[in-house]
Amino acid sequence: MIKRFCRIGLVILGVALLAQSALAAEVKIGVRAEPSIDPHFLYLATNVAYSKHMFGRLVSRDQNSRKIPDLAVSWKALDDVTWEFKLRKGVKFHDGSEFTAEDVVFSINRIPKVPNNPASYHSNTRSIVSMEIVDPYTVILKTDKPNPVLPVQVHNAAIISKKAAEGASTADFNSGKAAIGTGPFKFVEFVPGDHLTLERFDDYWGEKPVWDRVTFKIISNDAARVAALLGGDVDMIDFVPPTEVAHLVKNKNINVFKRPSDRVIFFVCDNIRDQSPFVTGKDGKPLDKNPLKDVRVRRALTLAINRDVICSRVMEGLAAPASQSIPEGWFSYNPEIKVPKYDPEGAKKLLAEAGYPNGFGLTVHGPNDRYVNDGKICQAVAQMLARIGLDVKVETMPKTVYFPKMAPPNNNFSFFMLGWGNSTTGEATHGFMAIFHSYSKGKGAGSYNGGYSNPEFDRIAEEAVKIVDDQKREKALQAAMAFLMNDQGMIPLHTQFTIAATKKGLVYTPSADESTLAYNLKPVK
Amino acid sequence: MTVFLIRRLMQSVAVLLVMSMLVFVGVFAIGNPVELLIAPEATPAEREETIHNLGLDRPLWAQYIAFLKGAVRGELGNSFIHNIPALKLILMRAPATLELASAAILIAVVFGIPFGLWAGLRPNSIFGRSIMAGSILGFSLPTFWIGLMMVLVFAVSFGWLPTSGRGETVRILGLSVSFLTLDGLKHIILPAVNLSLFPLALVIRLTRAGVRETLPLDFIKFARAKGLKTRRVILVHVLKNIMIPIVTVVGIQFGIVLAFAVVTESVFAWPGMGKLIIDSINHLDRPVVVAYLLVTVLIFILINLVVDVLYSVLDPRVRLGELKE
Repeated sequence: MIKRFCRIGLVILGVALLAQSALAAEVKIGVRAEPSIDPHFLYLATNVAYSKHMFGRLVSRDQNSRKIPDLAVSWKALDDVTWEFKLRKGVKFHDGSEFTAEDVVFSINRIPKVPNNPASYHSNTRSIVSMEIVDPYTVILKTDKPNPVLPVQVHNAAIISKKAAEGASTADFNSGKAAIGTGPFKFVEFVPGDHLTLERFDDYWGEKPVWDRVTFKIISNDAARVAALLGGDVDMIDFVPPTEVAHLVKNKNINVFKRPSDRVIFFVCDNIRDQSPFVTGKDGKPLDKNPLKDVRVRRALTLAINRDVICSRVMEGLAAPASQSIPEGWFSYNPEIKVPKYDPEGAKKLLAEAGYPNGFGLTVHGPNDRYVNDGKICQAVAQMLARIGLDVKVETMPKTVYFPKMAPPNNNFSFFMLGWGNSTTGEATHGFMAIFHSYSKGKGAGSYNGGYSNPEFDRIAEEAVKIVDDQKREKALQAAMAFLMNDQGMIPLHTQFTIAATKKGLVYTPSADESTLAYNLKPVK
Repeated sequence: MTVFLIRRLMQSVAVLLVMSMLVFVGVFAIGNPVELLIAPEATPAEREETIHNLGLDRPLWAQYIAFLKGAVRGELGNSFIHNIPALKLILMRAPATLELASAAILIAVVFGIPFGLWAGLRPNSIFGRSIMAGSILGFSLPTFWIGLMMVLVFAVSFGWLPTSGRGETVRILGLSVSFLTLDGLKHIILPAVNLSLFPLALVIRLTRAGVRETLPLDFIKFARAKGLKTRRVILVHVLKNIMIPIVTVVGIQFGIVLAFAVVTESVFAWPGMGKLIIDSINHLDRPVVVAYLLVTVLIFILINLVVDVLYSVLDPRVRLGELKE
């Protein structure tokens, strides 16, 4: 009697649960990063990803970081410094009002004016000197000098509603009052540190998302996030730690999705100073000449590194060896440049040729909490360099200490690690101008240049990034990359993967720029 | 009593001032938060402009004076990450931590005192001995590990309880509390138990020690000889006399648990102040770190005050204030 009762009870429960799921397609995503609802506050790649759910932009990007139309249906350069954007008609904001060029101008004007902004979005719109509204669906943007990557940069300039956000502060966005956009989701609730809830916007102009409701649960601790997925508390997690991938793949209830991201990990040598702080002789005393200034020495260092071993052992198969500063297949990737072969004998010969048959002393520097397995990679690279005769020390530190020391004008390191996410311009331009171009406040270049400088490269890069015609620019950028790699301005390691995991029955399409996008999550048909 | 309170107030202000200086210097020494936050595309000129806007290019003492001026008005700066006043951010997250800390201390006291009493009254029984052994585990096993194990066992393997987060909340008197909903209770059990283990172990050991010390004393023998019921002897005479050290420790533990529930809050993604502080440290969100540490000092000062006042309630021999020679 009781058994039968239990059985019936279970059936009723099962039906009730099924009915529940049929009513509302809800999904919970466990995320690592905290969002900012104000899309113009705190420029971080993760904040841009969140803002794409609620706010549109002129030009968006697909999962390969290539441009796709969003609020602008087409754009073209009328001349070197003038761009015309034709806007999409019939787009509605979440409050029902129509989207027009007024909103575009208002948004771009607001970006530099957000108060107390430690990371302004202005760097994306800095080149725009004037805007002209030709008609409600056409906008002309003029730049100060030729800026071929303007259509890529506007990806980060979210368009907000002039009506709803006029005079609004960041707090108004966090409460939802001003968080009116044209994106596929509407703001519902945000509890800082806990969760962000969105619901589907039924009047969205594009492909409507599958989900009625999306809740981002903020779980920054990696182990806790994985546990949440395993325990069924969330349906998907982002930034899966690589150490967990092996056993998640074996788990029949979990699907793992990975792809190469936009981030290339590499090392840079200090070739500016005659006496570099962390380069010494074998006896520990400073040398009168900096060996890293000799291109043969730098080439020896790159030949000494076994990239396949790093990718398969240190990165556990979750990385692809890199040959240059942008991932394979991207716009302006130079297919002529190959991944350097592992050749320790060749490296030793080059060192002897350059006058260092017994090597020298070097300290490898890197962060330990910024890139995937950054600390381990530094140690592996140091061991490989030791095999060609160098006396190597490794020093890693938290990113909060590392980056201020590495950046100009401090330039505290001699041989250091960097990882560069290339989605900002979708091509090699930004990497060239920010990392490998010499530090120059006047030109606004080299903000991340920790130690490489070659005036010839500066000239070539400056010329290349100005070219507005896409095909000509690609060729010029490829030539610049060839020059850079010949001069060993960087020692490339690999492209790291972006990894997400979902529960069984869901499929997720990861993006190269490592964004977590709920509308790329779909149930398996 | 009034003189006592006024004196305490002055001492507290002095402590706060010294603390603010130490914290400021410490945070200043960690590094420039702008490097971490600023966009990679920012030009060197923009970087300098941002540093200037945030007041980070002024010398240490100038920044400190500016901070003090604001602090007197109650403004402790704006969070770099959230762009809302640091104090407001902390107070927004405080109820969650308060709830968790209260639950943890409640568990520690409600289970700790009876267990400690039992271990003290019957030290050689099996239960008594296992309580003592258990208490050793309670304060030696790392909270992080226990928390993760609990999540793995109860939430992942058995699926009885949720893995992380806070449950549904209900607003009472302007505060959101989650223990009034079933969902909230399910979410709070694991983190509260995890957080309570250390205070629980301490309370058990203290209670046991107090009981062992008090039982052989003359007045207990006298009470029993008088014919009082055993229950009254233990609960009134023994318990009241051992309460002072327990109250002190519980008070301090409450402060510690309130201010530093960081590990538990991280493992269980509990949206409280502890998680806020660790995230802020990682992001170099200086204003929040400074504001939080000052709030923590304030909490400890208040708790110590309450504990001292409780002494005079528990032990009529204690008089607050100046001792007349």
